[in-house]
Amino acid sequence: MTTLARQQVNDFAFKIATVNGTGSSSANDLIRKTIFRMGVPASGKNIFPSNIQGLPTWYEIRVNGAGHTARTPEFDLMIAMNPATYARDIAEVRPGGWLMHDSTWPRPDALMRDDVNMLGVPLARLCNENFAGARERILMKNIAYAGALAALLGIDMAVIEELLSQTFSKKKALLDSNFLALRLGYDRARESFDCPLPMRLEKMDATRDSILIDGNTAAALGCIYAGATVAAWYPITPSTSLLDAFQAFVLKLRRDPETGRARVAIIQAEDELAAAGMVIGANWVGARAFTATSGPGISLMSEFIGLAYYAEVPAVFFDIQRTGPSTGMPTRTQQGDLLLCAYASHGDTKHILLFPADPGECFHFAVLAFDIAERFQTPVFVLSDLDIGMNDWMVPRLQWDDAYRPDRGKVLRAEELEHITQFHRYVDVDGDGVAARTLPGVHPKGAFFTRGSGHNRNGDYTEDAAEYSDVMHRLTKKLETAALSLPAPEVSTTPGAIAGIVSLGGCHRAIVEAVALLGERGIPVDYMRLRGFPFVPEVGAFLREHRRIFVVEQNRDGQLASLLSIETGFCRDKLEHVGTFGGLPLSAGDVVEHIVAALRGAAEPEHEARLPQAAGDTPVTE
Amino acid sequence: MTYITKPKVRHPSLPKNRLGLTTRDYEGAMSTLCAGCGHDSITAAIIQAAFDLSIDPHRVAKMSGIGCSSKTPTYFMGQAHGFNSVHGRMPAIATGANAGNRELICIGVSGDGDSLSIGLGQLCHAIRRNVDMLYVIENNGVYGLTKGQFSASADVGTKSKRGVENVSPPIDPVFLALTLGATFVARSFSGDKAQLVPILKAGIQHRGFALVDVISPCVAFNDHEGSTKSYMYTREHALPLLEADFVPAPVATDFVPIQREITTSYEPGSVNTVTLHDGSTVRFRKIPENYDPTDRDSVYSYLREREHSGEVVTGLLYVDPASADMHATMQTVERPLSEIPFEELCPGAKALEEIQRGFV
Repeated sequence: MTTLARQQVNDFAFKIATVNGTGSSSANDLIRKTIFRMGVPASGKNIFPSNIQGLPTWYEIRVNGAGHTARTPEFDLMIAMNPATYARDIAEVRPGGWLMHDSTWPRPDALMRDDVNMLGVPLARLCNENFAGARERILMKNIAYAGALAALLGIDMAVIEELLSQTFSKKKALLDSNFLALRLGYDRARESFDCPLPMRLEKMDATRDSILIDGNTAAALGCIYAGATVAAWYPITPSTSLLDAFQAFVLKLRRDPETGRARVAIIQAEDELAAAGMVIGANWVGARAFTATSGPGISLMSEFIGLAYYAEVPAVFFDIQRTGPSTGMPTRTQQGDLLLCAYASHGDTKHILLFPADPGECFHFAVLAFDIAERFQTPVFVLSDLDIGMNDWMVPRLQWDDAYRPDRGKVLRAEELEHITQFHRYVDVDGDGVAARTLPGVHPKGAFFTRGSGHNRNGDYTEDAAEYSDVMHRLTKKLETAALSLPAPEVSTTPGAIAGIVSLGGCHRAIVEAVALLGERGIPVDYMRLRGFPFVPEVGAFLREHRRIFVVEQNRDGQLASLLSIETGFCRDKLEHVGTFGGLPLSAGDVVEHIVAALRGAAEPEHEARLPQAAGDTPVTE
Repeated sequence: MTYITKPKVRHPSLPKNRLGLTTRDYEGAMSTLCAGCGHDSITAAIIQAAFDLSIDPHRVAKMSGIGCSSKTPTYFMGQAHGFNSVHGRMPAIATGANAGNRELICIGVSGDGDSLSIGLGQLCHAIRRNVDMLYVIENNGVYGLTKGQFSASADVGTKSKRGVENVSPPIDPVFLALTLGATFVARSFSGDKAQLVPILKAGIQHRGFALVDVISPCVAFNDHEGSTKSYMYTREHALPLLEADFVPAPVATDFVPIQREITTSYEPGSVNTVTLHDGSTVRFRKIPENYDPTDRDSVYSYLREREHSGEVVTGLLYVDPASADMHATMQTVERPLSEIPFEELCPGAKALEEIQRGFV
């Protein structure tokens, strides 16, 4: 066996292969949280099947003291707890890495690698000897491998035990079982191997101001803080946990203290069509209402999205994207709904999109989405994805300013209506494309007819070409105004940059790491992260200012590149598509590899000299 | 088209209701439906009902989907907020509006195409949730705006104007509603205003989903021989055995007593009185022996039996006086959610700190 015994302190990745429905997720959470509590930046990616019980599932943990927490496919250690995926799992270990397996059962000789160190721990046997019930034996095997991992990686047992004590503070028997299982794995690993491995943890102080949170929980919290009072939804992976979290927060935070009644209505709709309609109806009467869905849901909601756009009713949609087309792979991530959401529904429509990069932005953009929707009286989409939505990310502690008050936009109150001669719904008084609206039940003078059929600036039905066009032109102007109110693109520049990267959403962390790696190789690049759509003029300028533009996104066809081209007039052929779309979160390596290869393949003469010299251990020219 | 403004010439002696409004104040734009359309009679009945109940028009949310029927909210209560949504999706908009502001008086008008084909799912779920609204189906068995295709309520054997015979069995909204647990089910005929107005009034007052199926002949495409939704057919087959009479609550705090007496012309007979949630009552006259409008099973059996005899039973057919609407089921606060001050909704920075202790 070979051991590349380079010391890897707080910089490694490991992967746990299990079977879904066996209780492994709590063990995996325990490990990730313990690392976080040791002050070491870490992220966890749950790679799970669209199934309840019995299929393979993986959990990837990346530990990185420098704070790079994007996914990495380079695994130093594999915990192979699922015989069904053993062959695949062993293949994924880096040369010189380790594989821990349950040595209770014989391992097929065929599944061997000379360049991988095997660590056999008889987990099942240990649990069978120490626990009586069948279910407990299965569950405790997970805690046992967590114990073994603690020994192998130098996880602080005091921290992990404290966490267990907190988790099972009211269940003494369970706590005892967990402690025992943890020790069984830990002690056996210490007896059998030279612990810890060359890759190990050391306490740091890099997580003090951070939290571990998934995007859907953060977005739900944002809805609570934004003052949303109506939620209508239809269950769909990976958005369901957003409503689950919202419901949980409501139980604690939205009860009338005297009556115990809810200050919110949560309606599980019969389908996504109805969910969208309910959100529109509730917003129409002045409640802040939202829905959460995924691509297939947006398809169904499109009819209503067009209505909300044309009738100018605020509505907030969280689209937690998954792979498409059609049902696709429901439990895998993608950024495949960009074009769908930008122009959802028939006719000339265009919608406001927000692109959070992590759960922290899910929280803040959720609040912003309601403000923007009401200010511009139109649908707003928060385009998250499965990776952001369902995986736990380390993000700075969420901040809240108690001085915040919702932006309700131009809503005429009873006093204002009292003093006007006549209210006309769609008259642009301020020249910003936004007309004032009224809410039902407020004042007799405020009445108007909301309709998805042709209407003029007064709100009356029309089939007149000029009157129809008048309203449609104002809607264009309104969206142009809205673009300026959206979060501006974030641009980072590097002196002497030879290319620019444009991206959005969940790609961000991989790109930040990729930009650093490219810099180490002497390939300076600029980076613009888009945070909203429609685009501001600055976006087109960035494209024109760079000789080469790489558009990083997670879909096959380069939807962002197309959108950039459509909206800025920039030549589509000059936007180079980078990114994976197979359903796994993007890694820095995916970006670096592509850009290096692209630059090598068609390097401009003035860059050619620079590339190979600075390329480090990887040649980038022939 | 709704841009045809209706001239508002008010006769000085027109009776006024509690709010000092006349029936003219409950009118809307000029109807653009075909002359003689049953829907216009229903519009007139809604106007009368709202006038009688002294409803403040601006507190009304009038809802519709797509189709001839869905145009009708334009023709009543010009001072009410209206929402003409997309085809078959009015129930969802109404559900959301009711969720957001439970104090609005929600009146939905739909058609048999809108409600029983494209919108069947949404109708079912609005019934199931018991959304507090009056839901009128203007039922004529055809798609009028697209010129006479059969709708899902067309009877087998019905002939279209072009002579095509319908072969698919109908969906009857009354049986549907009874099966789904609707808490207020009525059927009437657009030509029978004396019966329709009290039913609409009771429906508005009912706390929960009040479904009123109104046979409303289409003069353009379904008022010919061979149609079972024509004026002649309905007049010949209607069985107004269950005449209902609406009497407002005597002591209800939120009720504005009407000034015009409800006149009835029914022959005296046995009377069964049902008290609604707010204390108002519905009196049934000439009821058949053992008919109990609060006993869903017996109502269902009776209607089936009459249906087999080729009769269309009209009147308030079923009512659950103890109906718990969507808000009651969801246990939401009494105040409209749209009116709760932000300060009571936002937990604040300190709570956020607290919450985040669970995320480390």
